Amino acid sequence: MNFSEVFKQSNQLCKVSPDGKYLATCVQYRLVVRDFNSLQIVHLYTCLDPVMHMEWSSDSLFILCAMYKRGLVQVWSLEQPDWHCKIDEGSIGLVSSRWSPDGRHILNTTEFNLRVTVWSLCTKSVSYIKYPKACQKGIDFTADGRYMALAERRECKDYISVFVCDDWHLLRHFESETQDLAGLEWSPNSCVLAVWDSCLEYKILLYSLDGRLLSSYSAYEWSLGIKSVAWSPSSQFLAIGSYDEKVRILNHITWKKITQFEHPATIINAKAVVFKEVEKRPVVGSEDLSIHQLTVDNSLFSTQSKYEITQLPAQVPVIKPDPDRANPKIGISALAFSAGNHYLATKNDNMPQNLWVWDMQRLSLLAVLEQTAPVRCFVWDPHRPRLALCTGNTKVYLWSPAGCVSVNVPVEGMDPVSPLYTNIAHFSSALLPTRKELIIRPHSRP
Amino acid sequence: KLIVYSAIIWGVYADDLFVLVLSPQEVCSLGLTGVSLESESGGLSAVPVLNLLYEVLQLQRRAQRALHELETQQLKSGSDLEHLQHSTYRLKDQLEHTRRENSGLHEGERQLQLKIKTLQNCLKSEKEEVQKLQSIISSRATQYNHDTKRKERECTKLKERLTQLLMDKRDKKLSIEISNHVGRSDGKRGLWKTGKMEARHEGEMYRALLSDYETRQRSLMMENSELKKVLQHMKEDMITILSPKKPCVKTEPADDSLEQAVSEGEEEAGDRSREGLEQSCEQAREQLTNSIRLQWRKLKSHMERLDSQASLVACQEREGDEVMSRKEREEEMQRMRLELQQCKEFIHMQQQLLQQQLSSPCDEETAALLNDCYTLEEKERLKEEWRLFSEQKRNFERERKNFTEAAIRLGHERKTFEEDRAAWLKTQFLNMTPFVDQPEAKLQSTPPLVTKSLFSTPRAAPLKMPSTADLYRTLHLIPDSRYVPQIIQKWKFCHEFTLTSFQPFTQVIYLITR
Repeated sequence: MNFSEVFKQSNQLCKVSPDGKYLATCVQYRLVVRDFNSLQIVHLYTCLDPVMHMEWSSDSLFILCAMYKRGLVQVWSLEQPDWHCKIDEGSIGLVSSRWSPDGRHILNTTEFNLRVTVWSLCTKSVSYIKYPKACQKGIDFTADGRYMALAERRECKDYISVFVCDDWHLLRHFESETQDLAGLEWSPNSCVLAVWDSCLEYKILLYSLDGRLLSSYSAYEWSLGIKSVAWSPSSQFLAIGSYDEKVRILNHITWKKITQFEHPATIINAKAVVFKEVEKRPVVGSEDLSIHQLTVDNSLFSTQSKYEITQLPAQVPVIKPDPDRANPKIGISALAFSAGNHYLATKNDNMPQNLWVWDMQRLSLLAVLEQTAPVRCFVWDPHRPRLALCTGNTKVYLWSPAGCVSVNVPVEGMDPVSPLYTNIAHFSSALLPTRKELIIRPHSRP
Repeated sequence: KLIVYSAIIWGVYADDLFVLVLSPQEVCSLGLTGVSLESESGGLSAVPVLNLLYEVLQLQRRAQRALHELETQQLKSGSDLEHLQHSTYRLKDQLEHTRRENSGLHEGERQLQLKIKTLQNCLKSEKEEVQKLQSIISSRATQYNHDTKRKERECTKLKERLTQLLMDKRDKKLSIEISNHVGRSDGKRGLWKTGKMEARHEGEMYRALLSDYETRQRSLMMENSELKKVLQHMKEDMITILSPKKPCVKTEPADDSLEQAVSEGEEEAGDRSREGLEQSCEQAREQLTNSIRLQWRKLKSHMERLDSQASLVACQEREGDEVMSRKEREEEMQRMRLELQQCKEFIHMQQQLLQQQLSSPCDEETAALLNDCYTLEEKERLKEEWRLFSEQKRNFERERKNFTEAAIRLGHERKTFEEDRAAWLKTQFLNMTPFVDQPEAKLQSTPPLVTKSLFSTPRAAPLKMPSTADLYRTLHLIPDSRYVPQIIQKWKFCHEFTLTSFQPFTQVIYLITR
């Protein structure tokens, strides 16, 4: 595993281009575009305000920089550095901004979710979409970029609008049977739209592309419901994580539950492997404590950690959530399928130090990773069954069916490493510490 | 022998003398015929008396028997009575006991009933509470919904007002500044929005859906046909498994089932061809599944039967060979365990040695030590040889010393001999003619010179000093002398050492012999 130098970035804005050739980082006002392999600066742009959100267009030709305070969006071109584009939302304000899948339209959500403005870079035209819903995930594009589903709320009822991204033609507009729509997501084959209700009611609805209700599923009533939803890459399974610490898997033929994965506090499943992270601090001799060494050599205080396999039955550390607070830290908050559909990684919020990996072929628990600190985020390698996770310290952990390993990231100043992104074209992950440093890890091991 | 007097009967019966006094009334009362004692003959006739006696005896015996019987009866009844009394007491006690138990059980039952009732009441109340809570929840939910809807309506009104205001004000217009138009990502030109476009979009959407359905249906069909094939094969296999066992079957019912199976198999072979044609027909599918189920059930029962038979046979076998095989097995096990232990130890040792070899230390001391270990034998040998050598050297030194001493002594003796010779020659010469003065003088001079030169210090000597070779020769150290001392032979192989060390000795010898 090789590590490159440390670069500065702010607001955790660092994105690799979709074609994997460039890396764009934002530092306050400036947008720096580097070549991915040599890390040399290719372009340097200056925006009018500190950039809050930065996004590549799907064809890697343009970069969008959104400045929410001033309601501005600036678009830069990679091919023509002189080309400029500035979109001003005016006094209506700006809350979020994103590209459309064709890379030529920008969707701005105004303040108070008053409307969604669709700006076209081809025709300079503007379209408005009224009454968008302010929810966890109100807009979703299909994988092929042809259709867009938007959740709307009119007269205390939820509606779903399906647009054709070509010309923003409204294809379908139908009422959703949810009480309070919390999110919607297209299946990877673009034919089914999963729509789920807020946590006050466990209900997930499946609509086909043309707006017909295919099926609805509700596991139980009254208790807190769905927390997270994930489609499998082949669209065969729909995984629903809920507040009752269970993941239910629906199949795409009957839309009925085929199995449920439970996260018990004691693991007795004999086929599962429990990896426990064990930290060992290096022993420091008195002659090593010279000032020079203290300042220069951080490995003195860094802890080495390795994984040990614990015997079953194994106990999982559980943190009881506060019953009086809303959105309690209990339940499955994160689900991710691996690229080949073989594995599912889940995280239960009241067992924050553990990550559970399930085998989708056998529909059983495969491995449990126990870390020394709560797991912050995890992401699958887009090409092979390998999982990378980080817990807020200077290490990155990798799991694959062959085993587990922890890698020390050479960060200066002991800054903890925080969220991960995985680039789709390249087998690399970009690690972002919480402070203003950036580390890129190009993949070097098979 | 009876002697009867008027009312007294004397008799001897069985050696017992008995006297029976009876009055005639008594005799009558006894039911015996009175006997007139006054008989015609005037004498007493014994026959009626005997008869009477006999009857009395009989009576007596009967009475005794009756008494005996009565006594026994009385005893019996007494004991019976006792027994019955005891039993009545016991039964009374038992009855008391059971009554008490019964009452206790009744009490318990009553209490349990009470408990049940209370629990049922609790359950009911809990259920009611749950229902109440649920209703409360639902009512609250509706209430919240209503409230949220109200708030939402307010909110939308606000939003609309806000949009209105923003639209009206128009102070900060929303705008886009763009250097130049950008081409579309797919390179095509934009099209107008017409009804045709809409229809095209719809068509595309339906096409996408249809293609998805078609792919799914295709995959499902393939899966279906594969599964059907598998089922067919399974069925055929099951038939073949069940049928060839017909000749070696053990139980009768199996026969029937097998025959049935065979016949069915034949039937189904005919069906199979039909099934191939009507693949999607439901009847064919049902038929297939039913036949599979039937075969499977038969196979299962057959397997169960075989299993039981096998276990029986195994039991029998086990009982026979149990004793022998167990012992043998145990012995073998022990042997194998021992072997295993030995092998393990060996391996462990080897491993340790290998580790030591491989993990050879980096520092030089131990490396040197190790190297030393290997060359130990050689070292020892060399030490031994060295010791021998040094011993020999010491011997040589000693002998050399002796030899030098001997040489010194010899020198001394030579000197004395020369002096003697010189003196003799002198005397001889002096004894010879007086003409030989000069040579005598010479001779005279020479010996004193010689002696002088021998005794004087080397500095003042004009005479040539005898060379070391001469000295050696005279001292018989060089091999061209008459005899070679054994010591020289010994010194031959290391004469380098001795010659080099002899140099100072020769100087000393010079000093001494002068």
